[in-house]
Amino acid sequence: MSEPVRILTSRWGEPDTVWIDRYLETGGYEGLRRALAMSPQDVIDVVKASGLRGRGGAGFPTGVKWSFVPQDTGKPTYLVVNFDESEPGTFNNRELVERDPHQFLEGAIIAAYAVQSHTAFVYCRGEFLWPGQILERVVAEAYDRGFLGRDILGSGYDLDVVIHRGAGAYICGEETALLSSLEGYRGQPRLRPPFPAVEGLYASPTLINNVETLSNVPHILVSGPEWFRGFGTEKSPGTKLFSVSGKVERPGNYEAPMGTPARVVIEEMAGGVLDGKGLKAWTPGGSSTPFLTAEHLDVGLDFESIQAAGSLLGTGAIMVCDETDCMVEVTRRLLQFYAHESCGKCTPCREGTWWVVRVLGRIEAGAGRPEDLPLLEDQCSNMLFRGFCALVDGAVSPMSSSLTYFRDEYEAHVRERRCPVTGKGPGLASGTGGGEEILGAVAAPAVADLVEELG
Amino acid sequence: MSALPPELRAEAERIKARYPEGRERSAIMPLLYLVQSVEGRVTPEGLREVARLLGITTAEVEAVAGFYTMIRLRPTGRYVISVCTNLACALRGAGGVLEAARRTAGVPRDGELSRDGLFTVHEEECLAACDAAPVVTVNFANYDRMTETTVAELIEALRRGEEPPPARGPFPGDFRRVSRLLAGLPESAPDGARGPGANAPTEEPPA
Repeated sequence: MSEPVRILTSRWGEPDTVWIDRYLETGGYEGLRRALAMSPQDVIDVVKASGLRGRGGAGFPTGVKWSFVPQDTGKPTYLVVNFDESEPGTFNNRELVERDPHQFLEGAIIAAYAVQSHTAFVYCRGEFLWPGQILERVVAEAYDRGFLGRDILGSGYDLDVVIHRGAGAYICGEETALLSSLEGYRGQPRLRPPFPAVEGLYASPTLINNVETLSNVPHILVSGPEWFRGFGTEKSPGTKLFSVSGKVERPGNYEAPMGTPARVVIEEMAGGVLDGKGLKAWTPGGSSTPFLTAEHLDVGLDFESIQAAGSLLGTGAIMVCDETDCMVEVTRRLLQFYAHESCGKCTPCREGTWWVVRVLGRIEAGAGRPEDLPLLEDQCSNMLFRGFCALVDGAVSPMSSSLTYFRDEYEAHVRERRCPVTGKGPGLASGTGGGEEILGAVAAPAVADLVEELG
Repeated sequence: MSALPPELRAEAERIKARYPEGRERSAIMPLLYLVQSVEGRVTPEGLREVARLLGITTAEVEAVAGFYTMIRLRPTGRYVISVCTNLACALRGAGGVLEAARRTAGVPRDGELSRDGLFTVHEEECLAACDAAPVVTVNFANYDRMTETTVAELIEALRRGEEPPPARGPFPGDFRRVSRLLAGLPESAPDGARGPGANAPTEEPPA
């Protein structure tokens, strides 16, 4: 077993949420004290020197992002915390807030100070009822103890925090859609540029960071950038909280240094594949990152290594499929998600996801044609990079990677007119509709309709 | 005719005041939740009320309300039961959990209301609790590692008027009450002026 490293999860293990007293007893708000004794520019420089990169998926250097926020524009500057965690398989932000909520709040106050923002919004996923109530309590605690409000810790710096709940829309995790939603509109993405740093919320300079990113910040202020760089790889420093789920013995969030081999996280930390079965496929960073296979288990979980292996680190959400899972069915279920969550703004996304689900459903139901495989590839090439935002690219990831790694499984479905893995075929699917008995039903098209629609 | 009684209009004004001056439109979602807390869903009159509060058209409000799944425009049960069937839950048997939930609640089609008015069952996308798959929520409170048997027991308990303890946090109450919480308001209406965090939980969560 590798030596566990606990930075973000250092206060976990208590039965309860870490409220303000416990947080202060364990070194809490020391990072903020240090930050307020420095100039905002020096705080940005420390975070830059740490090499911290955004944990929301894109991996952009956090300090650089902070430095992009212009000063003296004559407009207010806003900090927006993205707590709209919705990427399938991802649950690290939720647990960070449920267990140690002041950690990210302290990071948020430091970030707001660094960009000289006096109003911060926390965009909390609507379905996060209990985490949202925790946020309300910890914000109230921070006001009571002088970490928020006027003249924070006697520094002369003021900050107010407003909690804003979403209402059920995956797309609002995309930062420009989040801003549209926060302004009171449908959550639809905006074209960039202008980037949010320059024209974000209310067309004012806006910094957007995710909860895990901000949770790292107090530790960097207390222990320094060199200490932070002692974990992880040169280009991906620090630790990451990996959300492991699906067919593993012990699903959960596991903190490990960036660059830790996937095998260590899946086999040692999460206990390996459920019931000793063989691993077939896994996502490194949620459903929007291309599948990898058992051959990739020794790849390090950091931005560069995962990209070199043909996928993306994304949110660090590892969903594991075993040898008994049908990859056509798995892929169809994920594509249903994108069809459901497409905001409808861009045609390639709105229509493309809908059509891919139907072609996949037909193959799954044993009614596929040989030409459906090139048809899926053609649909993917007409979707990739053709939307305003990355949602459509996320939809292409599981589709094209499963076709790359499991093409023989698709071909066998078409040839044998049934699933070669589960044995399910048209006999089973001809009743209520392809896939309904299996992986979810919301958009699973009835086989008869499919055959009629697609000829 | 108004969807909001006078004392709730004061709460509506306080919700608007959370946002910078001139940016009150940002309050549209909490205001829709406030209306939902009175009506149990958002009716056409509720949409008009929010439009009046914000000085925008009803069509603009409806365009926003229709985009978000947690704003309910159709008749909705006392309990909204959401069953995640995204991949991590599907791999752990969520398909059967969804079927059992629909059967027990008496809600054959997604998003509809049971005949007794108690339940709406909704097939949900990833609820960000995949370590506890398959996940079910009742009015957005989580119940972990559900099976066909335990989801049926959960729904039967709700039907008997019980308040089964969620995996984390307190039992949220009925859909109207939960809509108040989602509006960022104290649990019971109405109230006097309160500071930030007025509706924060006062009890520790269960271990």
